[in-house]
Amino acid sequence: MEQLRTFGRELAMGSQGGFYQSKEFLDLVKSIGEARSKAEEDRIVVNEIDTLKRRIAEPDIPKRKMKEYIIRLVYIEMLGHDASFGYIHAVKMTHDDSLLVKRTGYLAVTLFLNEEHDLIILIVNTIQKDLKSDNYLVVCAALNAVCKLINEETIPAVLPQVVELLAHPKEAVRKKAIMALHCFYQKSPSSVSHLISNFRKRLCDNDPGVMGATLCPLFDLITRDVNSYKDLVISFVSILKQVTERRLSKAYDYHQMPAPFIQIKLLKILALLGSGDKQASENMYTVVGDVFRKCDFSSNIGNAVLYECICCVSSIYPNPKLLDSAADIISRFLKSDSHNLKYMGIDALGRLIKISPEIAEQHQLAVIDCLEDPDDTLKRKTFELLYKMTKSTNVEVIVDRMIDYMISINDNHYKTEIASRCVELAEQFAPSNQWFIQAMNKVFEHTGDLVNIKVAHNLMRLIAEGFGEDDDNADSKLRSSAVESYLRILGEPKLPSGFLQVICWVLGEYGTADGMFCASDITGKLCDVAEAYSSDDTVKAYAVTALMKIYAFEIAAGREVDMLTECQSLMEELLASHSTDLQQRAYELQGVIGLDAHAVEFIMPSDASCEDIEVDKDLSFLDGYIQEAIEKGAQPYIPESERPGVLNMGNFRNQDHHESSHGLRFEAYELPKPAVQPRIPRALLPSTEIVPVPEPVYPRETYQTPVTPIPSNPSDAGSAELKLRLDGVQKKWGRPTYTPETSTSNSTSQKTVNGAAQVDGPSTVNSTRETYASRKLQVEISHEKQKLAASLFGGSSKPEKRPATGHKVSKASSHMLEKSHVPNSSMEVASEKTAPAQTPPDLLDLGEPTSTSTAPSLDPFKQLEVLLDATQDASAANSATSASRSPDVMALYADTPVGIHNKDEADLLSGMSNMSGATARPQPTKGSSKGPNPKDSLEKDSLVRQMGVKPSSQNPNLFKDLLG
Amino acid sequence: MIKAVMVMNTQGKTRLAKFYEYLPVEKQQELIRGVFAVLCSRAENVSNFIDAESIFGPDSRLVYKHFATLYFVFVFDSSENELAVLDLIQVFVETLDKCFQNVCELDIVFGYSKVHTILDEMIFGGQVVETSSSEIMKAIEEISKLEAASNAITLIPKSASGWRSR
Repeated sequence: MEQLRTFGRELAMGSQGGFYQSKEFLDLVKSIGEARSKAEEDRIVVNEIDTLKRRIAEPDIPKRKMKEYIIRLVYIEMLGHDASFGYIHAVKMTHDDSLLVKRTGYLAVTLFLNEEHDLIILIVNTIQKDLKSDNYLVVCAALNAVCKLINEETIPAVLPQVVELLAHPKEAVRKKAIMALHCFYQKSPSSVSHLISNFRKRLCDNDPGVMGATLCPLFDLITRDVNSYKDLVISFVSILKQVTERRLSKAYDYHQMPAPFIQIKLLKILALLGSGDKQASENMYTVVGDVFRKCDFSSNIGNAVLYECICCVSSIYPNPKLLDSAADIISRFLKSDSHNLKYMGIDALGRLIKISPEIAEQHQLAVIDCLEDPDDTLKRKTFELLYKMTKSTNVEVIVDRMIDYMISINDNHYKTEIASRCVELAEQFAPSNQWFIQAMNKVFEHTGDLVNIKVAHNLMRLIAEGFGEDDDNADSKLRSSAVESYLRILGEPKLPSGFLQVICWVLGEYGTADGMFCASDITGKLCDVAEAYSSDDTVKAYAVTALMKIYAFEIAAGREVDMLTECQSLMEELLASHSTDLQQRAYELQGVIGLDAHAVEFIMPSDASCEDIEVDKDLSFLDGYIQEAIEKGAQPYIPESERPGVLNMGNFRNQDHHESSHGLRFEAYELPKPAVQPRIPRALLPSTEIVPVPEPVYPRETYQTPVTPIPSNPSDAGSAELKLRLDGVQKKWGRPTYTPETSTSNSTSQKTVNGAAQVDGPSTVNSTRETYASRKLQVEISHEKQKLAASLFGGSSKPEKRPATGHKVSKASSHMLEKSHVPNSSMEVASEKTAPAQTPPDLLDLGEPTSTSTAPSLDPFKQLEVLLDATQDASAANSATSASRSPDVMALYADTPVGIHNKDEADLLSGMSNMSGATARPQPTKGSSKGPNPKDSLEKDSLVRQMGVKPSSQNPNLFKDLLG
Repeated sequence: MIKAVMVMNTQGKTRLAKFYEYLPVEKQQELIRGVFAVLCSRAENVSNFIDAESIFGPDSRLVYKHFATLYFVFVFDSSENELAVLDLIQVFVETLDKCFQNVCELDIVFGYSKVHTILDEMIFGGQVVETSSSEIMKAIEEISKLEAASNAITLIPKSASGWRSR
């Protein structure tokens, strides 16, 4: 600014300009200014404090001198040093008669003290006296102190005086009195509740300054309670009208605008009052329109008023004409060169798109510009806007951008915020589960433990359940890709704890499920994790439980378990751990390893994390036993409350339960009701971390019955801290938000997404990802911004991400699927990816070209193998359907590949049997939905490995005793 | 409401700090340092607004203006308008300039109590009460006059009833 050029003179000046300074003060400021280090500055200040301590205690200091000392104290404290030794002198100064000294005293105490300080008691009396002074400046100084120093208890001491001052002839005093009253209201609304009407009265004050000041408390009051002030709409509107018509004194003009600050405050108040109130809003339309017209775009303050108008328009009941003007202003803001105006424009756009979402599109390029601006503030504001306008069509671009930005910044606070936004958006709009997992991995990797642990739990849940559709093939693919990505990520140093927990859980649950990785690989990795993060007990606990699961699956599959040496040493360490939780887990693992295959399979069915575990609270299965016992002469059980001896206690507790805690509680916190253990340690149940979802999501969950006999209490297993309470967590992924609009993807696959088309999850996902990737490439080459804009704003150009339907239909027809499945299965296997049973035949044709291109993990050779084997699979599936629970069937085709020693072939076979497992999966009659097939393949795998073919096992010696 | 007003020079030396919610001295220093760290990392020709939530907690924004060797910083919550606060800084500085005639950094150091007086006229208990530079000047001049008078005549006539009898 022109008028401030002279700031540059800085230290050149000496005598002039100083008001009350002495040579000493000047020297102090100078030497501090010249200090080259913080230490030097501190030394100077400490010297100064010593001097002041000495001087200030001297008797008979002239007032002028004293005043200067106090100012120096204030200065020192501003520099961050303790000046508390001088507080009492500042308090003393407030008692002085001289106005100058008194004002300095008040200034010092308002800066030094807070309302809880001990010295306040010495000031209240002075304040009371000064509020009655006939010198209005003394009154003003006292009012100033009232605001800062009076607390709830001392309000009554000064309240009467302050109320009297509301009618003071001096407007400066009235203004401050009203603000003091407002301060009281903020500190303790009840103490001034009877005086609220004063605020309304002061609104009619003759002085515009007082009126303007009154708007502050009124704004506050209206924010808290809109409805009681609806009657003031007319008054506010008329005040605003008068202001815009320049009825106020010229003194309030600022840059040729009539009282802009008052206009802004009024617009804010109107926005509150008109929000969702059509009648009130209609009163405002004219005046707001006037403000729009009369504002001048060239000045900063004019734009401030315009911005406030937009806020008001977007808050009140919408009016098309005003919305148009608002949109005009926004485009003017966004086109401006000023970053400030761009910022305001983005903010205003964010407000307006709530009402008219279509206006975002015309500003897309400007928004992209802002997103790429070097100005961080603007960038963040733009991210906020993008966050508001995220849809399923643009979520990938937005979240990718957010993650990139998140990685680039250091500010932890903002990192957390943007991470949680990413998570929120991804959960809400995720186009595919693969994408979701990748996005979450990135977020976890880079923000670490800043994100809420709940997110980790949601991620595990997603991996366990997929999108809740019946497409088990897709689910297992998702899991495989998750496992694969996690094994890769584990190579990175220093992963955050929450993420490691997810990794361990997923590896434990699904690490060996698809046969791609053998147990020793996974367990080795898990041991590495436990070792590398040995200070983190939670991660270790997850790792141990994961180990236990893997070994259990191995045992259940009938293979011998060979613990790696590192794993054994880990166990030894944990068996003696100080953490009882870890110890328990280690013992459980030991216990599981000692059990036979049948028992293990019973207590740890594979992929049972989604199963409901029913807890028989009445323990009815023990009835027979009890009956027997009673017949033999045992005493029947009397509930505690009915026992005479413990009557009191029982009463107390009952009371406690009914009326919420009157009286004393004699008992400790309620324990979860202990479940009866049949013969197996209850904590051995698989994945009890996940408390099951209440409603059965899958048709395969009809297979709950075999599980239920194990009365496990989920809350009892494992340690309390590790429990994942996912029930009640809303399922957010995708579906509800997707409009089932026909996808016009640019690839060859014109998939009709009708209800029956159960288009295979991964293939769609892959193709869309592909289109996304290719588009992205394009974007980078030409007109980068326009493309980005198109992906952000142009929803229609983008293919809809997921076939949104299918889920319900398939659910409904799942029983039908079961029947129609078998005859079709060979076809399925042949086309490998196309929809099962109820798919219309023409879809098969369409599906084929994509499937070949989009099934990266399976090569054609394998498909061929599968084809060859298809008949066998079909028959296997057939027999599987007929046999309700069929370990024999499992054995039937588990036997076939055993003899094969060639590694490649074994892999192929495992892939194949995996697929056959996939095809057989939707049969609800099978034991668990995943059936024995993955296990089967595991078995083959491990057998081959145990024969020493695969060199990956670090310790071939281990196999010696096995082989013989 | 306004949460804090700070004036600091480009070397990070505080020239004025006023917090409208009580904070212990150490906390104040921490905030000032935090603000300065952000300010000096800002490029030229960017916006005057900073998201201050990482420094001042939720719902806080920061507007600053750079004059010669000084940063003027206002911290406030969502009930204020950023652009308007920018102009409020302008009003403050204009008033300082009128008051000190070609204000410079040292004026603010030495005219410490006067700067506070100006600020108190503008912002009272965190609320903006006066936005007219000339009104503020009028009040300041009157204060100066009366202060000078009270210094000359050491005894102010003290009638107990005073204005209330009128």
